[in-house]
Parts: sequence; structure tokens; C-alpha cells
Amino acid sequence: MELLQVLITGLGQGCLYGLIALGFVLIYKATEIVNFAQGDLLMMGAFFAVTFIGILGLPYWLGFILTVLSMAVFGYLLDKLVIRSMIGESQFSVIILTISIGYIFRSVAGAIWGNDILSLETPYSGEMANIGGLIISQEYLVVIAGTVILSLALFLFFRFSSLGVAMQASSQNQLAAYYMGIPVKRVFSLIWAISAVVAAVAGTLMAPISLVGPQMGFIGIKAFAAAVIGGFGSLPGALIGGLIIGGSEQLAGSYLPTGLQEITAYLIMFLVLTIRPQGLFAQIQQKKV
Amino acid sequence: MRIIFKTTYVQDIKLMKHRGYVFWYSILMAAVLIAPAVLDEFYIGEMAFIFIYAIAGLGLMIPVGFTGLASLGHAAFLAIGAYVNAYFLQEGYPFLVSLLLAGIISAMIGGLIAVPLKRMTGIYFAIATLAFAIIVEEIIVHWKSVTGGLGGMSVDYPVIFGFELGEIWQFYFLCLAVLLIVLYGTLNLIRSPTGRAFIAIRDSEISAESMGINLSIYKIKSFAISGLFTGLAGALFAHRLAFLVPDAFNFLLSIQLLMMVVVGGLGTIHGAIFGAIFVGLLPQVIAIAKDFLPHAIGEFPGLEPGLFGLILVLFIIFEPMGLYGRWLKFKLFLEMFPLYRKATFKRQKTYLKTERVQ
Repeated sequence: MELLQVLITGLGQGCLYGLIALGFVLIYKATEIVNFAQGDLLMMGAFFAVTFIGILGLPYWLGFILTVLSMAVFGYLLDKLVIRSMIGESQFSVIILTISIGYIFRSVAGAIWGNDILSLETPYSGEMANIGGLIISQEYLVVIAGTVILSLALFLFFRFSSLGVAMQASSQNQLAAYYMGIPVKRVFSLIWAISAVVAAVAGTLMAPISLVGPQMGFIGIKAFAAAVIGGFGSLPGALIGGLIIGGSEQLAGSYLPTGLQEITAYLIMFLVLTIRPQGLFAQIQQKKV
Repeated sequence: MRIIFKTTYVQDIKLMKHRGYVFWYSILMAAVLIAPAVLDEFYIGEMAFIFIYAIAGLGLMIPVGFTGLASLGHAAFLAIGAYVNAYFLQEGYPFLVSLLLAGIISAMIGGLIAVPLKRMTGIYFAIATLAFAIIVEEIIVHWKSVTGGLGGMSVDYPVIFGFELGEIWQFYFLCLAVLLIVLYGTLNLIRSPTGRAFIAIRDSEISAESMGINLSIYKIKSFAISGLFTGLAGALFAHRLAFLVPDAFNFLLSIQLLMMVVVGGLGTIHGAIFGAIFVGLLPQVIAIAKDFLPHAIGEFPGLEPGLFGLILVLFIIFEPMGLYGRWLKFKLFLEMFPLYRKATFKRQKTYLKTERVQ
């Protein structure tokens, strides 16, 4: 029973990692840019949510929708104004660029909202659900439900909407997609918008669990490990990688000596990469001549 | 503009290409040597700090700039060097031995970590180095008997042949000596077959492999040499900090090192030095600028990292060759005057280079 309890908490935590990893993978799949600022996008999303719901006092759902919309615009503009000029540059420059964008975000967030830690009150905060003898805090249930809904929505979007199919096409072959009349540049900006939305949702879900501060984006580093385990470039892989990391981290925290919990994610990542250098659900292979 | 007519291979690999080099570098050397006699003690300390950064920058330049292996975790090697040095000093070893041990142990760990890393490419490599740095930080926190854990560990003064280097100018010359040795080593490395193999790997792994370069061995060598240099820098860094805590070697330090080589100019030895000067001077410039800014902006705590980020973004977008690239352009402008054409350095239009198998 105790094991089950630990696993459920791990599931909730893993869903958060999975959501952030999903944001990485969405952008990487389409544009082959690795967005190191994804964790900081999440931080911005959480701050937007705190502003709309906590400070302005809007109802939860209205605040949530406003957060998502404003982050979508934010992501779109970020690509259009800054990232676009980096197409064709080496991957390393792009990594440095996104890392430094993350720095700027943290600094700006600290300037606007202060470096103190804020919290977000939600209608479901602090309540416990009792499911068959398992005590689960509602916050984790909402995280799990939110992840399932979001993944389903993304799946349906990419599978059935024409924009989603256009996105898949431009991710597979830019030039061919462009010849078919797909506005590849705008599609890329829209993908950044979607990724920012995913980050906003993750941020809003995470805000009641962990507190909101400019440094909360560092969770993105662990989500990286999740994305790498899943094989950077596979959407289900990112979610599964997140669940693996979330689960094993909670298990390590309960059953292994202290200090191991913090590095479980990275140890698992090293293990997976040593056995399968492309990750579990590989989409990238070594280029052949 | 001077055009050198090379007739022999020895002439091609000469360190000083012509007499101008000898002249200017002698002046620079003389200036660095008399600086402690002229400058204020505070500035001597800052210059020693810049030397330490330059050593670490050279260490990072070898994998990132010359071999094309993006490392996001070099603070780990700095930490290993610092703690090894502090530990052996505490155990009563002479400073020169502990300094060498710091370099050697760091080099061995660099070579070891490169064994699983060498098969990974691009982003996987970068994230794995990041994970390595975090694991090292956790080990330092928990290995209390050696590192003192979160409580920290104090560092004794370096003692060479019974002569304690307590004064700041003595430390300055120590850093300068190590920097010169490392600099000479890097210069030799880059014009040797090993260094050329590194550069070949950076430019194209596939073509390097077809030329008979063993990728695994050279990647391991690159990381080991980098570990050696960065470990030496770490040992000196320990004396500069005087008190070691694990938090001093976090992710942000790795990024600061990376920023140094990018801003200085990737793939050049000058770049590491220019970057070190830049990173060393920036906090001073910000401190001076704070006096002129309105109070609310000047006293804002996140200002420095934010400015770091902004400068890095501007460099990546507008001057990917870094400060050294800017200097080369300026030099060419003077040499060609009035015939300089902007288009000389125009970047070619590029398309997305995919990593996928089509």
C-alpha cells in the first residue's frame, strides 16, 4: 500500500516532468532547436497565473484561459522576433541563445514580481481525495487529469486538424512542405506558441504544488533528462520518460539513502544513454554518408 | 597588409609568424610583469582572477571550440580541481604536488566520463555533461569526510619550498606562470597532429573518420586535456575563494565559463583570453554603472545575470565570432584602408541542417 502511495505521487510528479519534456520535444521535432528556456517559460506561465488569479482576483478558469492565451502570444512573438534569425546556425549557438534567454526571463520576472516566493490559491488546494484507501492530494489528481487531457488534445490536433498535419509535414521536410504551400515560418512560430501553452499549463498546474519564484524553471533540467530518456523527438516518449523519472525519483526518496533522490534522474539518463545512445523511442539516428 | 611567403613547414608552424608578433607580445609580457609594481592591490587581485578564468577558458575551448563537443558541465572540473587541491594541502602535501594532483585527477575523471559520452552526439552530449556536473555537485555535498559537505572547507595558503605565498602579488605571479604554461601547451597542442585531429572532428566527424582518425580516442583525449587545464584552474580558484562550498560550483558557473568562450570567440586561443578579460571586467563595469543608474534599477538583485544573458543573446545574433572576430575585422579594416569591403565577412545564407535521416 505504501508502495502504491509512493507511486501515485511519482505519477503526479512524473506528469509535470512529462509536460515540460513535451514542450522541449514539440519544438525540437519541428525546428531542431533545443529550447533550454522551456523551464523559464513554465516559470513565466506560473507568474501569469498568479497575476491573473491571485493578484487581479479573477475566477480560476478565466485566469487559466487568460494565462494560456497570453503565453501563446508570448511564445509566438519569441520565435518571430528572436529565434527566427538563428535558423541554419549551429545547434550549439542556439543552445547558448536559449540559455541566455532563460537568464533574461528570470531577471525580468524577478524585476516585475520580486524575488520572493508566491503561492497560488486554487479551488482545489489543500483537499485530499480518498480512493480505495489511498490518500492523494487533489493537486496531484488535477495534474494527472490535466496531463491526460492535454496529451489527448495534442494527439487529436496533430492527427486530424489540417494545421496539425501541416506541422507534421514541415517537421519532416521543410522544403517539401514549403513547395506544397505551407507557410513554414508561421507554422514554426505557431509551434512555439503551442509549446508555450504546454509550459503555461504545466506552470499553472505546478504552482499550487511547488511555490512560484523566478528559480522554479530549474525543474526544466530534470525534464531534459526525461526528454532524453524518451528519445528527444518522440511525443509519447517524452511523457513516458517523465513518468519513469518521476516514479523512480519518489521510489529513491523513500527507499534509498538520502542524496540519491536528487540525482536519480541523471543516473537513469546515463544508464539509458549508455545502453541506447538515442534514447528509448529513437527518432534520430546517426547520419550515414 | 603583410603577406608572408612561406617556404618551409617549420616556418608554417612557427609560433611567432613575423617580427610584429615578437614586438607586440614582448610589450604585452612586459606590461603584465610590471603591473604589480604599478597598479593598486585590488586590480592585481582582479587580474589574477582573469588569469584563472583564462586558464579555465583554454580548458573549455579545447572541447567546445576545437573538438566541437558542447560541454555544459565544466564547473564540475573546476570543482574537482579546487577540492583535490584543498584536500591534499590539508593533508600536508606541498603545494606543487597538490596542484599537479588537482590537474591529473581532474584529467583522469575527464577521460573516464568521456568513455560513455563519446557515443552521444549534439544535444545528448550537452545534456549528459550537464547531468555529470550535477552528479559531481551532489557527491561533493554528501562526501562529508573529504569535502566538508555543505559546511564548506577552508583552503590553506600555497607554500612553495617553504615560502608562503600570502601576498596578492605573489599569487598573481603564480597564476601568471600557470597561465603561460597552459597557453604554451595549448598552442603546441593545436599545431600538433592531435590538435589537428580535434579540429577535423569539429568540422566533420564523418570526414575525420574517413581520414583515419579514431573518433573515440580523440574525444577522450580532448576531454582529458580539458580536464587537466580546468582542474589546474580550479586549484588556483580554490585559493582565490579561500573557502569552498559546493554551491560555488553550480550550473550557473558552467554557463559563465561557456559564455566566456562564446563571447571571446569560439575556436580561437585569443578568444579564451578575451572572454576571460570580458567576464572578469563585466562585474566591475556593472558596479561602476550602478552609480549612474536610478536607484531602483541599480539595486535590483537580478540585474547582473540578466545583463549577462542579454549580452550573450546580442553576441550570438550579431557577432557569432565573438570579440576576437570583431578584432580581426577591425584589423583588416585598418590594413585594407580605404579598400575594406563589408562583404568580406558576410555570412552565407544557410538552411536548416537536419540531423534526421530523410
